[in-house]
Amino acid sequence: MTAHSTLDGVTQARDTARARRNRELGKSVALHALLIPLALLFVAPLYLMVVFSTHPDSAIFSPAPPLAFGGAFVENFRQLQADTNFVRTLANSTVISVLYTIFSMLLTSMAGFAFAKYAFRGRNLLFGIILATLTIPSFVTIIPQFILVARDLHLSNTYWAVILPTLANTIGIFYMRQAFQTVPDDLLHAARIDGASEWRTFWQIALPVVRPALAALAILLFLASWNDYLWPLIVLTQKDSYTMPVALGTLVGLTRVSWGALMVGTTIATLPFLALFLALQRHFVAGIAGGAVKD
Amino acid sequence: MTTLPTPPRARRRFQAAPYLFVLPYLLIFASFWAWPIVSSFLLSFKDSRLGAAAPWSVANWSRLAGDEFFRTALKNTFVILIIQVPSMLLMATGLAVALNSRMLRARGLFRFAFFAPLVVGTVAYSAVFRLLFNTDFGMVNRALGGLGLPPVDWLNQPGPAMAVIILALLWRWTGYNAIILLAGLQGIREELYEAASIDGATPWEQFWKITVPMLRPTLLFCLVLSLIGTLQLFTEPALITNSGPGNATMTLGTYLYQQGFRSFNFGYASTIAYTVAAIAAVVSLVQLRLFGRDT
Repeated sequence: MTAHSTLDGVTQARDTARARRNRELGKSVALHALLIPLALLFVAPLYLMVVFSTHPDSAIFSPAPPLAFGGAFVENFRQLQADTNFVRTLANSTVISVLYTIFSMLLTSMAGFAFAKYAFRGRNLLFGIILATLTIPSFVTIIPQFILVARDLHLSNTYWAVILPTLANTIGIFYMRQAFQTVPDDLLHAARIDGASEWRTFWQIALPVVRPALAALAILLFLASWNDYLWPLIVLTQKDSYTMPVALGTLVGLTRVSWGALMVGTTIATLPFLALFLALQRHFVAGIAGGAVKD
Repeated sequence: MTTLPTPPRARRRFQAAPYLFVLPYLLIFASFWAWPIVSSFLLSFKDSRLGAAAPWSVANWSRLAGDEFFRTALKNTFVILIIQVPSMLLMATGLAVALNSRMLRARGLFRFAFFAPLVVGTVAYSAVFRLLFNTDFGMVNRALGGLGLPPVDWLNQPGPAMAVIILALLWRWTGYNAIILLAGLQGIREELYEAASIDGATPWEQFWKITVPMLRPTLLFCLVLSLIGTLQLFTEPALITNSGPGNATMTLGTYLYQQGFRSFNFGYASTIAYTVAAIAAVVSLVQLRLFGRDT
């Protein structure tokens, strides 16, 4: 091989490397050109929701609708409060979602722990039955649940009417069982040898180990409860017992509705979760994905 | 190796513990979930308007067979199912691949944009979509006007009303599925792609020969979840289009609500509910057959 041809080869290699870099740059530009408009489309409804919450209806309906923030948020909030007793529904939603999250986490983690860490008679049968109902649409149960809660237990318009039926959370038990399976048996045995009761072994040893999974589950449960619409709509019939989605839902269908006020409501319903989502994005993603990881 | 002798009392406590852990969950599960599943089936053979002493009959089922409103609801639900679910999963897969790409800058920002709709409750976003697609002052028609296109009477024409529901669902749920698929993508080993590119496989070939097969269990999971979700669609058609115009966007969900909680015909509503469950079961099985082999 002559020196000349070697040099040629190097130039050639440099050229193809540059060509590849150019090609990758081109692809990268194309990718961004595709994704940026799409991303804007995804954020636009949220942005407009927040912007419209700060404008009076006259501005929202004007020929040139506002795209920047205005100063009517407080006024819109007053209108919303007058229309729906919004503060009360906010309190109802908060109490219901907090209670639901706490109870549901307690129930599903206890059961998940038993299914993951004990060999007991009937375990596989019970877990099989619970899993089998996972694909049954909740629609099937809504009528008997209503009869049970409203007619037999006389719980209509109470917090428990909303909380109790939704506590039978099958995804949660599946998720917590998976989480507890990662806790080493030796750790639990060590606690038992030290004289800890089964409850203490669960509460003080196993539960702290699965804290990240619990955090993710808590966010998902809280969100699900906070945003739930159909069930509260069915069991809550008095204005003062409404949760926030039910109250907002009553406004949407009306012919004369203050859209600025309604957008205040949807914004308040959304913003805390946007913040929570941003702060805990990793847990949140892990939580959603956790339900999907099956191998 | 010697085993420590277990005192008989401790052994008995050890046996009881798993049952005590499962018991609270099981009580809720049995009364608010398992029993209602059975009870709903029984109710579908009663005329609930006649009270507890009503005779058993198949009247609800024969009514269902000839019910033109039910057929409309069924048809609408399937139109949404067939258009929305595949488009969404296609988009979500593309998004997940793009968001996972090393060529993408500011990945966090893009992820946030596409996942943001997740934190908005269904009632809140239904309200926002109703406002955005308003014929006279909605932002969508304003944008169309800006492009020199004629306005569309979105919510008062059957086709466009259906399109709004589908667009709303796409906006809300694509990011959710993209998260699950992203987690699935991250589970695929990098070496597979390296080996493939050494063998000269193009990115397109890599996508079809590696990404899609490896993602199949995750895709199947998304498919089944979306299917069950769509079959129970309620909030969007109830709040965005009010099932209209006419019954053009009436779904199985809104029809069940109307029969159960407007007409208080629990028996007939249970019949509808069980039909939803049966369809969900059949379509899930077909999907498992088609896509679930060797996974």
